[in-house]
Amino acid sequence: MSVVAAALTRRPAKPVQWFFGNQFVRAVIALAVFVAFWELAARLNWPWIGQAPAPSAVLDAWLPLLNDKGYWYSWYQSSRRVLSGFLAAMIIGIPFGLAMATSRVFHDISFPVFEILRPIPPLAWVPAAIIFWPTQELSIGFVIFLGAIFTIMLNVIGGARSIDVRFFQAARSMGSSHWDIFRRIILPGVLPSIIVGCEVGIGITWNVVVAAEMISGGGGAIQSAAGGGLGFFIWSSYIGFSYPLIVVGMISIGIAGYISSAIIRRLGVLVTPWLRLR
Amino acid sequence: MNARPQTATKGAIRIQNVDKVYFAHEGAVQAVSDCSLDIRAGEICMIVGPSGCGKTTLLNAIAGFHDITGGAIYLDGEMLCGPDKPKAEPGPDRVVVFQNGALFPWKTNLDNVAFGPVMQGKMRKAHANQKARGLMADAGLSGVEHNYPGEISSGMRRRVEIVRALMNDPKVLLLDEPFRALDSLTKSVMHEALLEIYYNNKVTIFFITHDLEEAIFLGHRVAIMTTRPCKPKKILEVDIPHPRNYSVLTSPRFRSLMEETVSAVHEEAVKAFEAGEKEM
Amino acid sequence: MANGLRATSAGEIGAWTMFMYRFSKSLKSPTPYLMLVGFALFFGAWFLLSEVFRVWRFASLPGPRQVLIEWFNPNPVYGMSLYTPDYYMHVWMSLRRVLYAFVISTGLGVPFGLFLGWSKNFREFTFPVFETLRPIPVLAWVPLAIVMFKGDETPVIFLTALASFYATALNTMLGVQSIDPSYPRAAACLGASRWQIFRHIIIPGALPFIFTGLQISVGVAWFSLVAAEMVSGEYGLGYLINSSYVNVQYPVIIIGMMSVGIVGYASSALVRLAGDYLMQWRVRELALGGGR
Repeated sequence: MSVVAAALTRRPAKPVQWFFGNQFVRAVIALAVFVAFWELAARLNWPWIGQAPAPSAVLDAWLPLLNDKGYWYSWYQSSRRVLSGFLAAMIIGIPFGLAMATSRVFHDISFPVFEILRPIPPLAWVPAAIIFWPTQELSIGFVIFLGAIFTIMLNVIGGARSIDVRFFQAARSMGSSHWDIFRRIILPGVLPSIIVGCEVGIGITWNVVVAAEMISGGGGAIQSAAGGGLGFFIWSSYIGFSYPLIVVGMISIGIAGYISSAIIRRLGVLVTPWLRLR
Repeated sequence: MNARPQTATKGAIRIQNVDKVYFAHEGAVQAVSDCSLDIRAGEICMIVGPSGCGKTTLLNAIAGFHDITGGAIYLDGEMLCGPDKPKAEPGPDRVVVFQNGALFPWKTNLDNVAFGPVMQGKMRKAHANQKARGLMADAGLSGVEHNYPGEISSGMRRRVEIVRALMNDPKVLLLDEPFRALDSLTKSVMHEALLEIYYNNKVTIFFITHDLEEAIFLGHRVAIMTTRPCKPKKILEVDIPHPRNYSVLTSPRFRSLMEETVSAVHEEAVKAFEAGEKEM
Repeated sequence: MANGLRATSAGEIGAWTMFMYRFSKSLKSPTPYLMLVGFALFFGAWFLLSEVFRVWRFASLPGPRQVLIEWFNPNPVYGMSLYTPDYYMHVWMSLRRVLYAFVISTGLGVPFGLFLGWSKNFREFTFPVFETLRPIPVLAWVPLAIVMFKGDETPVIFLTALASFYATALNTMLGVQSIDPSYPRAAACLGASRWQIFRHIIIPGALPFIFTGLQISVGVAWFSLVAAEMVSGEYGLGYLINSSYVNVQYPVIIIGMMSVGIVGYASSALVRLAGDYLMQWRVRELALGGGR
């Protein structure tokens, strides 16, 4: 197969071209340019981006924190809230969504109410949640729950609708019961959409957690010393004029958020092996 | 009705020892191997082979969508692609009609048909529209100029696409299983429509299909390709005279041509089936 | 045309005809009646739990009757109703911010997304930075935005625009990547230059996805705006909700929430209508049962 060998060894003439054409190299260059630009802007005191703390200051502030137990405890607190709120949203949202997808009557009764509640941003519920729930943790949890559940439900319904009707017909013609169809057609068919819904939902959840934690530190609706978490960390750094720590907090949350999305995606791939490369 | 292609002088394609290797995740795949074929100017050349054998790769190479890894392709003596220039440039001298249709859904049928000359700057919009209307009327498509492609039947969409290609006075019309998605009743009407269009326009037609009957009915010559890697296995001269119509299908000459070739095609089909190749 | 839709002689289906057709169809199904049942259950439960039976914590919540009375009161107890100009000022402040942010994010996000999808070079150099910044929740930017942009309005608009920008750019890029490759190939065959392909194929081809992205981006904008207003604003519906809690004016909280919901929904619907208008071809295709 000399033709194949010839084709395989064919490569752009210049190694420089290959290096700069490589995707990974380009990503590194792009990020380096970004950080360099940011540092320059901070040193030259440019408006807007120059007013942010410089990358060098951020790094200086971050390194000692890596040994600080309080810092890692904030990670734990935020993650705990995200996890519990998100799990609650999944436990209630997925069955509810499936019910709405399978029963026409149930759908027609609940969907309109769902649709009028959905445009209300989750954080607008905060004061109402505080009035209603006895503890602060429960009210934050409720708001987080609301944030994620609408997205999850929407994706469940959309996913169930898009299952090819011929799968149902095939199953019926082979004598499946309703329960069989639910377990073997609907559940697996909805799984990819549930995962997408979860990926979007977790982003919303982080947003809500961070905001709730900031509000608890910033005065306003929630007043309490109990709270903590990375959002609180950012807010208190702001109040305390330790601006580089603000950026440290932001990057920390970014990393935490990325890890959680990656975990969901990994779980998603495990649960839907048939979607792997055809 | 000028049927025989002797008077056509442009659109001769020479495929010379062409190889195409591409890289999928399972490794290198040889789609086309040492393929040579001469297509005469103005003839209808049908390419028949099992699905996934590499015929579309050949069409893509002529059209300029992919490169080739060996050999050369010439159009009227000029090199389209070869060792120094692995990929041809797509252009209006070799227009493609796609398998699943590529009429732009957001433009009206008239705008679609007039698209080529307007983009190339060859005609002003008003003039292009006028010519487009004329061509559409010839093809039996008057009345749908201002509809969108999504509103007309699939048979009509195919015809609009062919007319869109012809607006550019191409040398070659490259058809990639254009009637595959149509039901056989519509298909039979489309065959006659295509022949009618061919008789009015002298253009070389390079037509890929997996349907042997369609190939013998339409073509001057039928090239039967092996399964992957693609290479001409047998070339059949169809000496049934043009103009043809559907009564040809039951003629004795048609039957004997089928007899000559059906075993060759079947053999390749079985090989492809056993190899379990996915559609390319 | 089938099913009672009538087309004009030029083959066009007017928007009004489509609307009336859909409306009459919906009246003949059980759907609208079940919808009323749903609303009745929801509002009924709320009313009974908070105002009539005063069950557990529901007693402290304002009930629907209380809220509605206040909302429609020419002389409201807490100073906020459909009759007070202050109310409309808050609505307008929020709306204005969303408008600015949306215009900025669309004006930047759509071209950015188009180039991300169209040019491999552009994407490989720009997407890494975009994707690195994206996991940071928009609301985590609040303090930094206040530090970076002096003033009251700019940080809020920046935050809202940032959130919308992500949604718009991502969906636009997805739209470009989802275009069937046959279309640009066909255009190249027909002699179109790279720029002509971008203008005549890529942009219209990505439009459905762009508008989906815009609808999402409006929703995201309201989400971020309300949060930003609650943390750091003066005026606006988010601020109203927060301050009415602090000032123990509970029915106004619900009024604020409902107002945000209504205005948010209306803006989303407006974007969808704009999309339907610009993409007549898609509306008709879907009406005839085709399309994806």
